[in-house]
Amino acid sequence: MHISEGVLSAPVLASGAVLAATGVAMGLARLDYQKLPRVAVLSAAFFVASLIHVPVGPVSVHLVLNGVVGLLLGWAAFPSILVALALQAILMQFGGLIVLGVNTFSMAMPAVICHYLFRSMVASQNRVVAFAGGALAGALAVALAGLFVALALFGGGEDFATVAAAVGLAHVPIFIAEGVLTGLAVLFIKRVRPAMLDRDQA
Amino acid sequence: MSAERHSPRAKPEASILDGANGQGRGPLTRLDPRAKLLAALGFSLVTSLCASPWAATAALSLGLGLTLAARLGLGPVLRRTATVNVFVLFLWAFLPWRLEIAPDVLEASLVFNPPGLSLAWLITLKVNAIFFALTGLLATSRVNDLLHAMAHLRLPGKLVTLFLLFFRYLFVLHREYQRLTLAMRVRCFTPGNNLHTYRSYANVVGMLLVRSFDRAERVFQAMLCRGFNGTFWVLDHFAWRRQDTIFCAGAAMALAGLIVLQWGI
Repeated sequence: MHISEGVLSAPVLASGAVLAATGVAMGLARLDYQKLPRVAVLSAAFFVASLIHVPVGPVSVHLVLNGVVGLLLGWAAFPSILVALALQAILMQFGGLIVLGVNTFSMAMPAVICHYLFRSMVASQNRVVAFAGGALAGALAVALAGLFVALALFGGGEDFATVAAAVGLAHVPIFIAEGVLTGLAVLFIKRVRPAMLDRDQA
Repeated sequence: MSAERHSPRAKPEASILDGANGQGRGPLTRLDPRAKLLAALGFSLVTSLCASPWAATAALSLGLGLTLAARLGLGPVLRRTATVNVFVLFLWAFLPWRLEIAPDVLEASLVFNPPGLSLAWLITLKVNAIFFALTGLLATSRVNDLLHAMAHLRLPGKLVTLFLLFFRYLFVLHREYQRLTLAMRVRCFTPGNNLHTYRSYANVVGMLLVRSFDRAERVFQAMLCRGFNGTFWVLDHFAWRRQDTIFCAGAAMALAGLIVLQWGI
């Protein structure tokens, strides 16, 4: 879920921009030219994978995948998500240029948090632990993203309280789908290319 | 919900990566992408800070004018307008209500909140104003040109390189994705609420990631073969012409007009 341009208030936009710029700078600083193609191509894969719609009960939701982004990329999640969102603004005029900071931060910060929390679980040899790490990362990343989006909306004033609550609720089905799917995807990667989830990769 | 809705078709994706950028026939197509990028930034900034419905209406008419001048074709523009306004509809549904929680019984109730209606109206104007302006300004340039313009506007080199490579391989991986989903359809995969569906989609995601990981290694080796040493050379250079200066002056005047309407300086 990301917010359109023209909705948020100036202080929220400004703090989002500053926070996102800091995160992107952190990400770029840790990104040497050897890893750059990897982050770029993986970002493209995430963008394409987020086109998948998964049925959850009576509705279908599209994947966000910021949990896996965090697990695989660490701080590079910031530039990765920034380019994906900026492309949407350029290509479809969806989301905007000024609100890019808030949207990037609300998706990338949870990714980085999940990286630190669950990376070692995912690297574990035990399949149950690895699945749990992936599932928790996937679910928590989306839940936190929903929380950040709701907070950003709430920062626009009391009139937004209902909207913020609705946005939070709308994240619940995504949260379930994302958790299960991320856990299973982690298992798949461990089976096919375990080196991708080694500790020293990100 | 029919299975059709969930089937992994290529149709919705095709509209995302349809490459419609840069296909307008109007005068905006010939402008320098740097000028358009700066104008788009300025317009988005001023409009998103607008609080008066008059300024927002003026911004919307400017935006509509830009989209009309771009002559992009009605179909794609209408489709995108609908997508953008889904979020606006969502706001209309929730903004006019206030959540009231009675402290003693802990019971929440929704109360009608008239100021929410005018707020929803203001946001509708602003969202559409920015959407139409960006359509006119950005959709008339090829994405590669805009990325080169960003490099010339001194964005960090690493970020631009990342963006260029990301955009380049987006289409490659999209084809990869279409191959994977085609293979699923050939095997009569129908999505539903079951573990099989989730496992299948997880495998698609995993496979995409694994293949992109491998491809990135090959890309990097190919870059090294061609002497890559950390500088990603930008090949397109733009010539700033008189029409670009005129456009920028016009854009600055329009923005000044909006600022006067809003803050009355």
